[in-house]
Amino acid sequence: MNAIHSCFKAQIGEVVLPGDVFQFDVSSVEEDSNIKSEKIVCGPGLRRNGDEILVYKSGILRHKQPSMYWIDSQQKRYVPVKGESVIGIVTAKSGDIFKVDVGGSEQASLSYLAFEGATKRNRPNVQVGDLVYAQFIIANKDMEPELVCIDSCGRANGMGVFGAGGFLFKVSLGLVRRLLAPQSEMVKDLEKIFPFEMVVGLNGRVWVKAKSVQQTLIIANLLESCENMTAQQRRALFKRVAEGAL
Amino acid sequence: MRETPLSNCERDFLLKGIQEKKRLDGRQTYDYRNIKISFGTDYGCCTVTLGKTRVLAQVSCELVPPKDSRPTEGIMFFNLELSPMASPGFQSNRQSELLVTLNRQLERCLRNSRCIDTESLCVISGEKVWQIRVDVHVLNHDGNLMDAASVAAISALCHFKRPEVAIQGRDVTVFSPEERDPVPLSVYHMPICVSFAFFQQGSYLLVDPCEKEELVMDGLLVLAMNKHREICSIQSSGGIMLLKDQVLRCSKIASVKVSEITELITKALENDRRARKEGGKFGFAESIAKERITVLTREEAPLDTTDIQATADGIISKADAPPEVVPSPVIVATGTGQVGEGLENTWGLEEDDEEEEMADVTERKTKEDEVMVLSDSEEEEVVILNQDGRSKRSQR
Repeated sequence: MNAIHSCFKAQIGEVVLPGDVFQFDVSSVEEDSNIKSEKIVCGPGLRRNGDEILVYKSGILRHKQPSMYWIDSQQKRYVPVKGESVIGIVTAKSGDIFKVDVGGSEQASLSYLAFEGATKRNRPNVQVGDLVYAQFIIANKDMEPELVCIDSCGRANGMGVFGAGGFLFKVSLGLVRRLLAPQSEMVKDLEKIFPFEMVVGLNGRVWVKAKSVQQTLIIANLLESCENMTAQQRRALFKRVAEGAL
Repeated sequence: MRETPLSNCERDFLLKGIQEKKRLDGRQTYDYRNIKISFGTDYGCCTVTLGKTRVLAQVSCELVPPKDSRPTEGIMFFNLELSPMASPGFQSNRQSELLVTLNRQLERCLRNSRCIDTESLCVISGEKVWQIRVDVHVLNHDGNLMDAASVAAISALCHFKRPEVAIQGRDVTVFSPEERDPVPLSVYHMPICVSFAFFQQGSYLLVDPCEKEELVMDGLLVLAMNKHREICSIQSSGGIMLLKDQVLRCSKIASVKVSEITELITKALENDRRARKEGGKFGFAESIAKERITVLTREEAPLDTTDIQATADGIISKADAPPEVVPSPVIVATGTGQVGEGLENTWGLEEDDEEEEMADVTERKTKEDEVMVLSDSEEEEVVILNQDGRSKRSQR
């Protein structure tokens, strides 16, 4: 049952490139295991092809117990994935759906009934150019992606129209994931400088709002500059800003 | 793919910021972003980066029959291209409005100002002349393509050398660079475009708008000028009414910016020429800063630490007080220098902090002769001394 894991083990934390192959012997796995057959989860950047696993993104191979593997890659172009929460910009209202730009290759659609408390009579107040925080319920390569602003219980759960004031900007997808990681140090460090509101979409869009234009800009610029900094450099920078601005 | 639309909150924020005299990247109203000019290994190949905007220009030449109306003049041809690489909103082989305007403006700036001596491109009157073709490719779009394109095009033209020809009767011999040294074009002057974005019906003005600022602007004024303060072309778009004073003020700002940029170009050309003459390394590969930190972690390098303590103590005892540490991750490589990239924004920091960085900039400039920089926060008027001397050099 360790056959699959052993082929990955040596490469965890290492850089892999598209075309790299992880091979395991299917027959031996089946013979060994009278126990339940072992499963592994291929995350982004890995794809199964028969009895081998192919790498199709360049980046660092990551592993999470017990059996999850994925590639941590740097990219800026967003590809919709079902279940991910993103920040979209409403570009058009047509009939009973809104067209929303999420930064993918195609615009997503968002039904006006997919808001909390919305009915045929009671339409949500959404204007063209507004920002929405929404979740994908349909996202595959052959169909138009579809967004909703409610969870499975019909509650808004933080989603919906937002963004009066504040500023929207784009960062890389890797940075967004780092920001959203539980116990993200970056956010904790940033919070110490001054209070602000932040919405982070997995499509690389970040919306921030602080007390003044100046403070919002500081936060936005700091976040953008975090991209290529070590934790030490970041802390030094944040400290300098905190001293200079306050 | 479609262009990313502008959301209402961005629009409101940008306009509010402009009213409060705050720009996204911490620049002042009249500041340019950092300009970096580097040349390729071939003659007439030049990239210009203006902040995140990046433009490549390549000059090439060909012997063609002249136009009937002008049998003794060479032909200048300009072509600017916007590829989807620059911005996902651009589509290749489609004539967008932006593309037409940029092409037209580039032509007006460089051909109609007669900055290149076209008569010297004539080989046999009425039969053979040189056609100089300038291809400008936009590699990345972050606003103000016009200025970047004009700087790239004129730098490439100044850098370009055409093959030497000999005429015997009706025969034309074109010599390869090994046989005879190629000859540079004769450039009379260097017209450079400076863009001004206007907001709220002309009540606010910004120099060198970035992409987001371009999306919210009401109007754009592009002034092409050379360092002798001659206006080569002027174009206002967006349909806003400008007062005479505003245009005059723009031309004053433009003259300062143009003299700065011209100096930068001549310095870059000089550096490249010197590198070639001395047989040093040149070209794009050399101009890329190596060892810049672009990942989060770096592996530790093994170090020999045997007698390190003794050496360190020796150094400390001899050395003076340690200089101020500038927390910049940039390590400039030999070849071309760069400034600003990787430095943190100085938003909301104290003034003296910025000066410190500026001091560092000049220091680095003197340290590495290859470096050419345009520090972007100089607001004061620049007076050019010895103007004639420099113009002679550029004509040579």
